[in-house]
Amino acid sequence: MIQLDQLTWKVPGRTILEKVSVAIPANTYAVLMGPTGCGKTTLLEIICGLRQPTSGRVLLDGLDVTDLEPRERGIGYVPQDLALFPGLRVREQIGFAPKLRGVAPEELNQRVNRLAEQFGISPLLDRLPDLLSGGEKQRVALARALAAQPRLLLLDEPLSALDESMRAEAVALLQRIQQENALTVLHVTHSSSEAAALGHLHLRMVAGRLEPESQG
Amino acid sequence: MRLNRSNFCWLALALVTVGYLTFWALLLGATATYSTPDSWLQVLRSPEIRHATFLSLVTCSLAAGFALLLAVPVGYLMTRLEFRGKSWLDAALDIPIILPPLVVGLCLLIFFQTKIGKVIEMAIPFTYQVSGVVLAQFVVAAAFAIRTMRGTFQHLSSRPEDVALTLGCTRFQALWHVALPAARRGMVAAFCIAWARSLGEFGPILVFAGATRMKTEVLPTTVWLELSVGNLEAAVAVSLFMVLLAVLVLVAVRATGEKV
Repeated sequence: MIQLDQLTWKVPGRTILEKVSVAIPANTYAVLMGPTGCGKTTLLEIICGLRQPTSGRVLLDGLDVTDLEPRERGIGYVPQDLALFPGLRVREQIGFAPKLRGVAPEELNQRVNRLAEQFGISPLLDRLPDLLSGGEKQRVALARALAAQPRLLLLDEPLSALDESMRAEAVALLQRIQQENALTVLHVTHSSSEAAALGHLHLRMVAGRLEPESQG
Repeated sequence: MRLNRSNFCWLALALVTVGYLTFWALLLGATATYSTPDSWLQVLRSPEIRHATFLSLVTCSLAAGFALLLAVPVGYLMTRLEFRGKSWLDAALDIPIILPPLVVGLCLLIFFQTKIGKVIEMAIPFTYQVSGVVLAQFVVAAAFAIRTMRGTFQHLSSRPEDVALTLGCTRFQALWHVALPAARRGMVAAFCIAWARSLGEFGPILVFAGATRMKTEVLPTTVWLELSVGNLEAAVAVSLFMVLLAVLVLVAVRATGEKV
């Protein structure tokens, strides 16, 4: 379970997030919508530890992680541009987190192959990011995040670069991944159809404030 | 094509560019035709100039290597971290670029006469030594390498490094595993620019390391020494050799795709 407690983020002369509080139960797919520039990405960056809030707390399974480094939080993050590592092959992208944790080569290989199979990207394992399509990149970014076995997955408009036909396929994939891995997901999107198809919990952010919409 | 106002503007700009390049072509052409290839080879085969060439290649490579080692962390810091006084530090890093070369040499010479300098010299002698040549080349070349690395990191998105942090990296690991592999072309460019800058360095070397034949003489010093004894043919041969090296470096930098 992720709990945000009175999170505030201020920059000189402007308040981006104002006392944002919400609790997202475990194994829930939460969808966050809101106009451009309302603070959605900032909120995700604070949750995964890339920004320190001006005030407030982030609690993960009841533990206050506000002052922890991003690597200590166990939160997966897929940004809007997917941010694949340039120069690393798909196999290395997916194996990045397990390798850092000292997973033995044999187990690492198994884990990479299992995830690649789960995401349907086994034939792409030896490709560089430049040679992947938008949909393939998105799958690699998701597989890379899941390889770290996160407790919470943050997705920042991960489907925005996909065309309509690929988007439907990606929505089905996200649903399957969330259910198979019993993940808690917070997904930022501008698409109402995407939100309706995926979200158990719908949140709306307006001018730095969070408003719960409905429980699906 | 009708000569409208816009076309006339492009034509005028093109003429300025062609005029400048023509001026340079004339300069190099005049220098290249001053003597014959046979006399160049004869000059370049002399022991003094072979020594100066070897010393230049070694010291430039060392200075560029050290400059790159400094430029990567400084460039990364200046790009990725926001802090108070950053613009002042940014300006301070460019000081070696705007300082007159002789002043850089003089600063080095005076520093090594201070107590701290003398302690350093007890471990590694610099003044009027080959190590002094490397240091004099390094202090200026590093500023250019830092500029190049700063530009490289500015062009690279910090997002992959952010993701690496969430995947378990420390900041240092994110730099090592993600930012550096992505910046490798910029690193090659920074090394080449530092190398080329070191090759042309003269003032600080003359003041700080001296111009002793077969000891601290590098190619620019050779040009100056040969000119001072009226041996214009030797000065021309060495100058053309340096032009050739500079062109090779420029080609190498362009091949990396980085802008100089």
